[in-house]
Amino acid sequence: MTTSLRKNVLSLLAATIAFLPVHAFAGKDNDTLVAAFQAKLPSLDRYHSPGREGFLLGLLAYDALVYRDPNTFELKPLLATAWRQVDDKTWEFDLRQGVKFHNGDQMTAEDVAYSLMYAADPENKVFNRMTGGWIERVDILDPYKIRVVGRDVAPLALEYIIQLPVVPKKYRESVGIQAFSEKPVGTGPFMVAERSGNDVVFKRNEDYFEGGGKSKPAIGTFIYRAIPDVNTQVAELISGGIDWAYYIPSDQAEKLKRMPMVDVINAETFRIGFLTLDAAGLSDPASPLKDERVRKAIAYSMDREAMAKTLVGGASKPIPSACTPSQFGCFADVTQYPYDLEKAKALMAEAGYANGFDIDIYGYRSRPVAEAIIGYLNAIGVRANLHWLQYSAVIQARRDHKTPIVIDDFGSAGVNDVGAILPFFFAESPDDQSRDPVVTQAVKEAGTIADQDKRKVLYETALKQIADKAYWAPLFSMPVNYVMSKGVDVPVPADENVEFWRASWK
Amino acid sequence: MAYYIARRLGLAIMVMLTISFMSFVMLKMSGDLAISLAGEGSGADYVEFLRKTYGWDKPLPVQYWNWLIKALQGDVGTSFYYGSPVLSLIAERLPATLSLGAMAITMALAVAIPLGMAGGRAPGSIIDRIALFIALLGVSTPIFWLSFLLILVLGIQFAVLPISGGGSVRHLAMPAMALAFYSMPAIIRISRAGMIEVMRSEYIRTARAKGLRPWQIYLQHALRNTLVPVVAVASVQFGFLLGGSVVVENIFAIHGIGYLTWEAINQNDYPVVQAALLAVSAAYVVLTLLADIVNMMIDPRIRLE
Repeated sequence: MTTSLRKNVLSLLAATIAFLPVHAFAGKDNDTLVAAFQAKLPSLDRYHSPGREGFLLGLLAYDALVYRDPNTFELKPLLATAWRQVDDKTWEFDLRQGVKFHNGDQMTAEDVAYSLMYAADPENKVFNRMTGGWIERVDILDPYKIRVVGRDVAPLALEYIIQLPVVPKKYRESVGIQAFSEKPVGTGPFMVAERSGNDVVFKRNEDYFEGGGKSKPAIGTFIYRAIPDVNTQVAELISGGIDWAYYIPSDQAEKLKRMPMVDVINAETFRIGFLTLDAAGLSDPASPLKDERVRKAIAYSMDREAMAKTLVGGASKPIPSACTPSQFGCFADVTQYPYDLEKAKALMAEAGYANGFDIDIYGYRSRPVAEAIIGYLNAIGVRANLHWLQYSAVIQARRDHKTPIVIDDFGSAGVNDVGAILPFFFAESPDDQSRDPVVTQAVKEAGTIADQDKRKVLYETALKQIADKAYWAPLFSMPVNYVMSKGVDVPVPADENVEFWRASWK
Repeated sequence: MAYYIARRLGLAIMVMLTISFMSFVMLKMSGDLAISLAGEGSGADYVEFLRKTYGWDKPLPVQYWNWLIKALQGDVGTSFYYGSPVLSLIAERLPATLSLGAMAITMALAVAIPLGMAGGRAPGSIIDRIALFIALLGVSTPIFWLSFLLILVLGIQFAVLPISGGGSVRHLAMPAMALAFYSMPAIIRISRAGMIEVMRSEYIRTARAKGLRPWQIYLQHALRNTLVPVVAVASVQFGFLLGGSVVVENIFAIHGIGYLTWEAINQNDYPVVQAALLAVSAAYVVLTLLADIVNMMIDPRIRLE
């Protein structure tokens, strides 16, 4: 290699290495809270940022009309100061005056209408079709009053409105979606300052409005840092490189509890685990699961307490019904199937399966849980053959009627209403493996009426039938571990929506 | 030589077409992209809408053809997850992977070549045994285990290096060490074997007879001849570092192509996976070609062949 070529190569190497941004450091000293997440924020535009992380982005940099308390689930004013139901399909909102976007523009009804209609249009392919798809139109009555009209009756309207942030019409239309997703503007307690590498840096919004359900942050800078490996997150927590992380597995959390520099808190989420059973025999017309006694035997065969305690850990406990316990309409006083091996075997014999049978079981989430379940089933003669696939492959297989049993879980997209879970697994949906007319009628009707008391009664009917017939085997709740540095206090929510603006240094 | 390069380029295009087709088919078979894109709890009608929007309801060869036509015009698609053009995502992440790869291969070469040559100079000696032992360790140590060991010792215990992220040379030191250790065995062994063969040759005996000092013999005569196969192996190793650093980039949270590929696989973001596979294959092809050119420069006899 000639001397000049060697020099050029070395210079290029040095430039490539040197020209990289420098990390900000965590801690009280520079008023910076660094939180680690496994997934990156794909876009800084909430409407194109799915999942838990997208939900969080929506809370940090944006506001919706209505705010939901993450512990009591009470609905409180945010960008709307009041609201009322005008008729079955229409909600009217009074908008808060004097709210400014991060770029100084005033928030008005035009921005609200623009934002909600953006979510409603399927062409925009927003993060979750469900939250905006119910909206037909938004009528602007005056600069601070709007009416949202649904295509049909939408009993979950307010739960969906919570997830729909208000974005600035003028700015977003002028810069375009792509540019907005890189330099977003909202009204939220934090403003996006910059994005580099794995970090998204949020700065306190000094002009954040008062009087709503959220507050101006106590901490000046919040950094969202993507660290995909959970062991690396744990190492950073121990060394002080980061201040906060969640979804830490229970074995790691147990070790961290003994460390002096961090606090570990286990808290519930909306996610629940369950088995779906092909009671209608869609995967096999001669399926043993068509017999109610076999399904009940399966339900009796599993020690859910033991699984919740040892495999999931923390606050996990068996769930009594086919819904998240905190959800509106989740009726818990239904037929229970406590762990009873003898009863399970007796039911199998009564159904004519004293020698058991072979069956396929599908799973995608937790291998230890799947193997424990297979062990329990084996004890009563149900010889389960495990198909371990990706989530989308399992769902497609169920919709193609190939899955007798699925070890499934569901988070209801953070919606605190049974109407966000039952229609997906019953009422003749593609994932409905029971095809029960009583359940179908009750769930469908509850989805079309606004009377909340009546809805409760209908869901009670549906849940009782589901439990009586053992269409599902509800398993347990799936809480998560939150780990944070001892120097900071970050309130832990019951719905995974961490309110970092309430974090403070100790 | 021009004919040689043209022929190599033709072969490279065939390789890339084959890889693009195979990866396209395998990605489609991996799961229903419409369901993962729609998200948990989405209705079947929205899933169907997405299928039609992205043309996933068409037959597979038609889908591949449509993709290929666009790719040949420089459009390898838009990321489902990020919403940005795939090329811009790859361009954004490339510097980090290149930096990491360059640092790792430099460390590997700096240690492995002298070690291998020292061992080859005196087979059976203590230094030779050390070299072979290190090569054995490198090939049998799982890279993720070594990465966590480095984090434990250098990141937590002695706290001399930052644990994750790619903000500076110090951030890249641990992941580069892990990757270097992984690349060293092949380079040690090829340097050692090359040195053993070279030391037996007559021109070395002549050089000794002429009274040249040992360092003159090694650096001016032995090294150049040993390097020819080393360059070939090192270029393959560098290609492997670029494409195979998925594990290391994940563990150390390096904002590179490996991390991007891992994210894309998890999100079923197949335009990105497809493009990343092609980028890595292209890197291999280019590197092998460059290695041949470098060898031609080192060894005049190759030029004349």
